[in-house]
Amino acid sequence: MKQNGILGLVYNAFFLSFILAPLVVVMLVAFTDKGFISMPFDGASLRWFRAIIENGDIVSAFWLSVRLAFAAATIGVLLAVPAALAIARYRFPGRAALTSFFLSPMMIPAVVLGIAFLRFLSLLHLSGSFWSLVCAHVVIVLPYALRLALSSAVGLDRDAQRAALSCGASRFTAFRRVVLPMIRTGVAGGWVLSFIQSFDELTMTIFVATPGTTTLPVAMYNQIAQTIDPLVASVSAVLIVGTVLLMVLLDRMVGLDRILIGEAQ
Amino acid sequence: MAFLTLQGISKRYGDFTAIEHIDLDVERGELLALLGPSGCGKTTTLQMVAGFVSPTTGRILLDGRDITNERPEKRGIGVVFQSYALFPHMTVAGNVGFGLEMRKVRRKEREERVAEALSLVRLKGLGHRYPKELSGGQRQRVAIARAIAMEPELLLLDEPMSNLDAKLREEMHIELRAIQKRLGITTILVTHDQVEAMTMSDRIAVMHRGVIAQLSTPYDAYERPATPFASTFLGRTNAFSGEVLRRNPRCAEVDVAGTTLHVPHEGRHVDGAVHVYIRPEKVHLANGDARLRGRIATRVFVGNQWLLEVDTELGKLRVAQPNHGAPPPEEGHEVGLAWTDDDLRVLTQDRPEGAHGHA
Amino acid sequence: MATLDDDRPGAAPWLLSGPALLLFVGLLLVPLLLTLMLSFRVFSDTAGVTAAYTLKNYWEVVSDPYYGTIFLRTAGLAFAVTLLSIVLGVPETIVLARMKRPWQSLCLLVVLGPLLISVVVRTLGWQILLGNNGVLNNVLQSLHVTSEPIRLVFTMTGMIIALTHVLVPFMVMSVWATMQKLDPQVEWAGRSLGGSPFAVFRRVVLPQIMPGVLSGSIIVFALSASAFATPALIGGRRLKVVATAAYDEFLGTLNWPLGASIAVLLLIANVAIVMGCSRVAERRFRHIFD
Repeated sequence: MKQNGILGLVYNAFFLSFILAPLVVVMLVAFTDKGFISMPFDGASLRWFRAIIENGDIVSAFWLSVRLAFAAATIGVLLAVPAALAIARYRFPGRAALTSFFLSPMMIPAVVLGIAFLRFLSLLHLSGSFWSLVCAHVVIVLPYALRLALSSAVGLDRDAQRAALSCGASRFTAFRRVVLPMIRTGVAGGWVLSFIQSFDELTMTIFVATPGTTTLPVAMYNQIAQTIDPLVASVSAVLIVGTVLLMVLLDRMVGLDRILIGEAQ
Repeated sequence: MAFLTLQGISKRYGDFTAIEHIDLDVERGELLALLGPSGCGKTTTLQMVAGFVSPTTGRILLDGRDITNERPEKRGIGVVFQSYALFPHMTVAGNVGFGLEMRKVRRKEREERVAEALSLVRLKGLGHRYPKELSGGQRQRVAIARAIAMEPELLLLDEPMSNLDAKLREEMHIELRAIQKRLGITTILVTHDQVEAMTMSDRIAVMHRGVIAQLSTPYDAYERPATPFASTFLGRTNAFSGEVLRRNPRCAEVDVAGTTLHVPHEGRHVDGAVHVYIRPEKVHLANGDARLRGRIATRVFVGNQWLLEVDTELGKLRVAQPNHGAPPPEEGHEVGLAWTDDDLRVLTQDRPEGAHGHA
Repeated sequence: MATLDDDRPGAAPWLLSGPALLLFVGLLLVPLLLTLMLSFRVFSDTAGVTAAYTLKNYWEVVSDPYYGTIFLRTAGLAFAVTLLSIVLGVPETIVLARMKRPWQSLCLLVVLGPLLISVVVRTLGWQILLGNNGVLNNVLQSLHVTSEPIRLVFTMTGMIIALTHVLVPFMVMSVWATMQKLDPQVEWAGRSLGGSPFAVFRRVVLPQIMPGVLSGSIIVFALSASAFATPALIGGRRLKVVATAAYDEFLGTLNWPLGASIAVLLLIANVAIVMGCSRVAERRFRHIFD
């Protein structure tokens, strides 16, 4: 294939700068020593990082997000894996419709989901409950877990399981010892991706969150909507670094291109 | 003067040498096959002629013109790719006419020439279809039609049959050769299939590790291989190691495992450790005038012939007997073998002779 | 009972997908239906959501010029972002496709990685960049390109830029996926037939990636039409889009029925656009790809 000329490489540099600019800016501002948004070039400090720990709201929002994402990802994967196996292995009427149904939350605007959940939970007097929030998040992340589990399950060698059965293994043992290990990385990747999606989720959660169940993105959004001070920047910096680490982890486990490109199809 | 000349061509990628050294002349109107296993450099040679890859050293001359550094789109060379590389978003007619479009041929003339090319490959009437709707064999014909529609001076075929099934492949050998002869286009065919090379070409260049090991007609390449590699690559053969005892005017006396064979040396200098070759079809079962006795180890029937492996003093000897009349004896039986000395070949055991492209 | 036989799966697939199905029916289908029903309710300032039903909410959304402006603005935003994503994203994808590893993987990661970072963080970055005292303005002024700060925050332009940043990775993903399916030898074929590099690009490469550009555009359009956070933070109070308008009704005025009707209309529009365009694209390109 043709190589890139100088024009292509220059454009690439420009594009990458465009993509990275806001993130770089946020990370820089996090190190400022001033009390307002400014660059740290004439004075850097870690005060805003320390301020995170001292800010009770932010800290509790962070832990809530972590617990929420953990629960949503785990439940999501537990529900998605059997469904993926069912869809990948059997031809049954309604298979296509079922798959579309499970993937539909990705096609529904987050605003609409937020409104729908809010209405639903308030009718049942369940708003403000941690577990209702978890359920809402499970619906949001299940498509991601399902897609990754599906691509693992589809690539499964059917004959491997048949071979295990012919060697005398029970169906459950064959599943546990042969099938599960083969889809393990896809499932683990699905969990990590679901965790990230739940943790980052903002729009839907804004509608459903209450003062007692405020996630970190929602807390940051509320803060930014009033005034911007470097505290949100330092929180953001921490999130960026954390995400990069998770990305490295994801890459080791499943290969990042598979996940990211898979999302396009 | 040759129509296409490759002079001192080599191609290196860092430490890796794809083409060591090639000198080659292709005559106008001939079909020359570049035959060899994967990695021998035949496809790289083709790519250099087409202009997709630049040679590290050397020149390429087409009809007297130095095209070594000319861009591919200016060379006027038709290429048929192994994967056919059809334009999926264009119809068959669009594909075939693309070269003419690039030359700014007017629509009416273009349509005529496209129709001509399509009937030449027996795809008349399929111009409006898309590649996706065609079978593998049909797609190959479109690729051929596309390459010849612009009436190129030179046609390059890069393993064009490798994706076809065996039966279709055989038919296409004959058909493609007929088209080439009819149009009189100078053609280079790259292939690893020796039957293909022998069936279709006027001359074969056997390539091995980046050099041309032998350049000759199919008959000579098969009957008189010039190198150990060529001997074993083309067709099946029996090969034995031996030691030259004496060199006579016409033949050499070679000691192979205690037996002395008289092998014609054809004027070549052979001495010391050598290989002796004989083709399986040149050895026949004999009773009275047997030169060698042995026991049949395996016997296999393949339809048009019987293939036998016979254990002898010289080692395991492969014999091919055509299928007319009675079958040969079964496994375990003793037999006598005979041959004509003229059918024996001898080559020295080290560097291939005649390695620089002139037979 | 369940077997490994594809043709007679029995109850197995339904048992396996049962739990997920139950969750989805209960927590997706039901809430959406409830929202639909809510949109038909009457709202009064004193009593809140009443038990009466009406079409008034939809009528209000469709006829009131206030909402008309919002829909138009949202559509305009979506078009602009989609266009900009194509202009910026497609060339980048082509450049990426021609890179060698390891650069290719690295750049792909940089381009697609931000999708895993919360939209709040990305939008915060743009707020800082685009502010009157923001980095962009400071740089432009110090280079003497402008003498006064350009207003970018709380403007349509700012929204378009920030939203494009958020969504252009989707365009890249879509075009990239299509490019992976291309046969590299096809480009050589075009060259051997006399096409200059530019002609080959225009006549051979570009037409083949069109399906990817199209599906990427559909995704970007749908996502920008329903975007909330970026328009809310960069657009501010005065530049409402559909999603922020729904938010206003729901959590501001507390007119839930009206908010619900906006949501329903947004959902219908989304589904219609995505499915409609996909169908058209599929029909047009069906003969090319499997």
